[in-house]
Amino acid sequence: MSSSAIFVLDLKGKVLICRNYKGDVDMAEIDHFFPLLMQHEEDGLLCPVLSRGNVHFMWIKHSNLYLVSTTNKNSNASLVYSFLYKLVEVFTEYFKELEEESIQDNFVVVYELLDELMDFGFPQTTDSKILQEYITQEGAKLEVGKSKVPTTVTNAVSWRSEGIKYKKNEVFIDVIESINVLVNANGSVMSSDIVGSIKLKTMLSGMPELRLGLNDRVLFALTGRDKGKTVVMEDVKFHQCVRLSRFDIDRTISFIPPDGESELMSYRINTHVKPLIWIESVIEKFSHSRVEIMVKAKGQFKKQSVANNVEVRVPVPSDADSPKFKTSTGNAKYVPEKNMVVWTIKSFPGGKEFLMRAHFGLPSVENNELEGKPPITVKFEIPYFTVSGIQVRYMKIIEKSGYQALPWVRYITQSGDYQLRSNV
Amino acid sequence: TTDNQNHPPIFELKAELNSDKKEKKKEAVKKVIASMTVGKDVSALFPDVVNCMQTDNLELKKLVYLYLMNYAKSQPDMAIMAVNTFVKDCEDPNPLIRALAVRTMGCIRVDKITEYLCEPLRKCLKDEDPYVRKTAAVCVAKLHDINAQLVEDQGFLDTLKDLISDSNPMVVANAVAALSEIAESHPNSNLLDLNPQTINKLLTALNECTEWGQIFILDCLANYTPRDDRESQSICERVTPRLSHANSAVVLSAVKVLMKFMEMLPKDLDYYGTLLKKLAPPLVTLLSAEPELQYVALRNINLIVQRRPEILKHEMKVFFVKYNDPIYVKLEKLDIMIRLASQANIAQVLAELKEYATEVDVDFVRKAVRAIGRCAIKVEQSAERCVSTLLDLIQTKVNYVVQEAIVVIKDIFRKYPNKYESVIATLCENLDSLDEPEARAAMIWIVGEYAERIDNADELLESFLEGFHDESTQVQLQLLTAIVKLFLKKPTETQELVQQVLSLATQDSDNPDLRDRGYIYWRLLSTDPVAAKEVVLAEKPLISEETDLIEPTLLEELICHIGTLASVYHKPPSAFVEGSRGVQHKRIPGNLGSGESVESPDNGSAAGVTEAPPAVIPSQGDLLGDLLNLDLTPPTTTGPPPISSGMQMGAMDLLGGGLDSLVGLRHNTERSFRSPSPPDYSPTEVGPGGHMGAGFGAPPAVMPASFNAPVSVGLDDLFDLGGGVGMPMGAFNPPKTVWLPAMKAKGLEISGTFVRRAGVIQMEMNLTNKAMSVMTDFAIQFNRNSFGLASAGPLQILTPLSPNQSIEAALPLSTVGPVMKMEPLNNLQVAVKNNIDVFYFSCQYPISMLFVEDGKMERQVFLATWKDIPNDNESQFQIKDCHLNSDAASNKLQSSNIFTIAKRTVEGQDMLYQSMKLTNGIWVLAELRVQAGNPNYTTILKSKQRITSLIIIHTVSERPFCTNWNLICYIL
Repeated sequence: MSSSAIFVLDLKGKVLICRNYKGDVDMAEIDHFFPLLMQHEEDGLLCPVLSRGNVHFMWIKHSNLYLVSTTNKNSNASLVYSFLYKLVEVFTEYFKELEEESIQDNFVVVYELLDELMDFGFPQTTDSKILQEYITQEGAKLEVGKSKVPTTVTNAVSWRSEGIKYKKNEVFIDVIESINVLVNANGSVMSSDIVGSIKLKTMLSGMPELRLGLNDRVLFALTGRDKGKTVVMEDVKFHQCVRLSRFDIDRTISFIPPDGESELMSYRINTHVKPLIWIESVIEKFSHSRVEIMVKAKGQFKKQSVANNVEVRVPVPSDADSPKFKTSTGNAKYVPEKNMVVWTIKSFPGGKEFLMRAHFGLPSVENNELEGKPPITVKFEIPYFTVSGIQVRYMKIIEKSGYQALPWVRYITQSGDYQLRSNV
Repeated sequence: TTDNQNHPPIFELKAELNSDKKEKKKEAVKKVIASMTVGKDVSALFPDVVNCMQTDNLELKKLVYLYLMNYAKSQPDMAIMAVNTFVKDCEDPNPLIRALAVRTMGCIRVDKITEYLCEPLRKCLKDEDPYVRKTAAVCVAKLHDINAQLVEDQGFLDTLKDLISDSNPMVVANAVAALSEIAESHPNSNLLDLNPQTINKLLTALNECTEWGQIFILDCLANYTPRDDRESQSICERVTPRLSHANSAVVLSAVKVLMKFMEMLPKDLDYYGTLLKKLAPPLVTLLSAEPELQYVALRNINLIVQRRPEILKHEMKVFFVKYNDPIYVKLEKLDIMIRLASQANIAQVLAELKEYATEVDVDFVRKAVRAIGRCAIKVEQSAERCVSTLLDLIQTKVNYVVQEAIVVIKDIFRKYPNKYESVIATLCENLDSLDEPEARAAMIWIVGEYAERIDNADELLESFLEGFHDESTQVQLQLLTAIVKLFLKKPTETQELVQQVLSLATQDSDNPDLRDRGYIYWRLLSTDPVAAKEVVLAEKPLISEETDLIEPTLLEELICHIGTLASVYHKPPSAFVEGSRGVQHKRIPGNLGSGESVESPDNGSAAGVTEAPPAVIPSQGDLLGDLLNLDLTPPTTTGPPPISSGMQMGAMDLLGGGLDSLVGLRHNTERSFRSPSPPDYSPTEVGPGGHMGAGFGAPPAVMPASFNAPVSVGLDDLFDLGGGVGMPMGAFNPPKTVWLPAMKAKGLEISGTFVRRAGVIQMEMNLTNKAMSVMTDFAIQFNRNSFGLASAGPLQILTPLSPNQSIEAALPLSTVGPVMKMEPLNNLQVAVKNNIDVFYFSCQYPISMLFVEDGKMERQVFLATWKDIPNDNESQFQIKDCHLNSDAASNKLQSSNIFTIAKRTVEGQDMLYQSMKLTNGIWVLAELRVQAGNPNYTTILKSKQRITSLIIIHTVSERPFCTNWNLICYIL
């Protein structure tokens, strides 16, 4: 159905560890993967699926590793990629960093995990918090009789174990909105949207039932309430703890949360947003002599708010040299390995406008290679504020022991994929 | 050394494994596994490791099990030693151990021990712990894979079915997965006899199981056919909440169920509209997933947009390309942008495309330029703007941009005749910079087509003529046609030119297509110039808006495979999965609504084929009678009636002189002339029946007089090869021919052929070094080609090739490479590199290589399809001097995957009804007539896909296929 075998390869294509799940594809086929990949890369035809004869390789790359799944069937490709990314997530939670060294140092646990995560090509339990209850790095401690399958594994609630205890019961809610913007070279906004994410840090005892209330327009319409500002969420995605059918019926977000940190939900809002930091740029290239850059950044948000750690990244030709900068605030730096100027402004109040000028020399003999036209990108963070106006109206926490628990909410808006095309 | 510490020698490990100390034993097993991991062979330690199996240390047990899974197959006799421990472990008080044992058991793929495992498995399937049951459920699928009969005999399949009603959702999910897997390999087993009760159970479990379990269940649901639209709607309602799942794979599997079941809902139902609206947001959100998942999503959106364009028609912006998108995402987005382009959004789309056309990535830029042309053709109001954008791009003088632009402008001319010809002058300025065959051919077509408006058209065309033989076939054919057009338009000053090109094409060329076309023109011009003018300068049909739509039945099948590799490749699973012969093609059932009219015609025909009620299609016996009644008329009347007497006379004249195959050829000729070209194809490919091609070897000086003699000699030769000498049974493999002569490749000679073995196409080559120095570093690459042939691996020539040495190399090919229409259709352009240089050559593969093993069409489908195909899609040929009887011929053809569906004998004439399927999913149907005692067979070929699929147009109505049909006939 999905994977015949899973391989972890190093950057040279050597197999570090593998697991044969089905035995219907010769394990030696993996030797063809790397040459095939190189060939495709050379031809500029890189693709996440490669095939040779009847064998298909689906692969992803993570740090200095390739994770490859082989099959000779009509596999569910989206399941395979989802699973490969899940592998990365689980291994990372086990070993902090997932890289060649951590695989080699922990091969016993990696084998155990591969055995537990997938059976005959079917993904099984992949929740690392639950896995850590019965597969640990100190295997010696697990003597027979003591180690048991947590009932959680097969429960309908497969993400939270019973018997969790906290002295102080609290939930921390982070509402994070990322702004994606694509602006054309002539300054018109081609597309913009908001991707929001609600993250939880749950420190609650027992099996609490939670209900989250948002100022969701559809919910307000359903319940006939029409007070205050509401938000239209174009699409919502939930952690598997949320009862999807319940949400489908009456827009109630009800769930038993996983313990500790998790992403409860994400949403997408399509409304046209004014780019919070607006960039105007003039980049003039005088062939064989110099490049002159003028960038104006303007904070298009409320005066009371402040954007932190603002970075404006302006591309420059790869053969530029001898940089000179002038800024009205902040600090500009040339990063030659990335062919860009990074202008950093630690604190950028709303409504303000700042300027940066840069001057580069160009060699008299020009670089023949055609260069792409990378866009200007911007990074920032604005605390205590969401662009969409989304609000957590309440978080109800009910546990049968009847304890009182406090929810804490924090809002933050940040840049997502924030690109302004330049004309040079 | 450290290596020795980590991976000590075998004898040391052996000693440690047999140590009395537990801890030492465990460390030793760890070292064994470490050695195994780095690829050392530690199978010699099998008995010693198995001795460590009986332990109460869980970690040690897991390691030993791991070792067993790896080496049991190579030591089957010793694997029996492990059986006792498995049996014992399956009764361990700890469910973790029971599950571990049952999980590992199934991975020991040794037939001998499987029967010992049945009892423990039976217990585990009824285990009190769901963790053990869910593991045992999967074990049934494993065991079935090793010994299907055993599993059936033991009744495990029934137990597995019972588990669908298990109280635990994870057990249900794994049981569903296991059953689906088994059903996949046994399509007729009726294992998943889904009924409303089981469906209800699955839908309940769907709410409770893990994300992966949800995918298993959704994929299983997608195979169900609801009884009516009410049931369909109720399932959709319960599946829709899954669209909010964080896991993209869950979302795509839900989309698959909804897309399929939606087809059964009446389109005027409110719920239908609601559902359509609900699908767009999750599809858009998939584009924020990881790039590989984005890619899968985009390939699927491409299908969805073709099937239900209304879903995403307002979402153009999300497909705009970002600078940091990986190339494979960029190219897919571009494709979807064109599909969504409409009058409403065209301005924005064009602005974007223009932006992309100035990027640096060559493939992306080319596609962007092509996209601008497609916008012009699709959205009439934008044509002018598109043309001016293309002209701007031509001014950039970037070579590949100019060439792409010229290719698309040619299509724009065809769509909007007499509108944009003012730009021709600008195009002509760039003539010298065109070095790609497609661009050269396009430019030559333009010059020929508009010769009367280009003062120096003769000079321009003459300049191409100098290097005629170095041009690709595509360019040669265009040049020939263009000069003939020029001659017909300006006869006085171009007589010499036309003589020259006709002689080049007929006398000096090895290419049968080119020679044939040359002769046709020659005859036409010399016999009846007026008719020639009518034919060659005939008004061309306009080209259609969408050129690369997926053929509707294939699209339907792919919709049923959303999320899978098939949807990524845009190919049916049977095209790339071995042994899928006989596996049923998934189809969307027709509208089941009570009395609703079927809306779109494709919907209707699909319903007709799959769901047709008995009232419409009678029993099989009658069917065949029906089928045969269709064509009992003699071959002379199967063609379309002559359209104009003048035309017919021309054709008759041309073919006069007692050609045996006169009738068949005449039909073809008429048809080609009457509709000079398919809608989206350049208008000049006028060609008659191809089987004559190989025979035209006669020098032009004597051509008219002895026209028929060389023909029959040629054809005799052709068929002697197969019939006379008697090829061994088995698939047809043509002999090796020289593809690259040593003269042209600095001493490297390559000869080769193509074979199909066990479903894999291979290119078999002989490489000979005829130079003085050693050759190394060989590599091979194909240009895009009509059927997406691509090397499935590197060229394996590991040793250097010394002077005078020869080496054989076999290169497995896949058919999932990039597709581009070639001319002739089966042309393959190859680049071979070695340490000396890069060499290019083209070769042609027999179409029969592309016939897949599951090309046997069901009788009923065959009938329906045969009836459906209009006469225009028919070609008729004769195969001469074949002395096999019809059964022998049928057998022989079957070994090349040409399957006989039915046979009928009428008045001593055997009629074989045959089907074959190409790797791209296109079906070709054939009728082969064999008259006892007459060595000449008649064949009629038909194919359904004419309008929508670019390739089949060639396959059916163009010469190359005919030529290839002859190749197939070698088999006889």
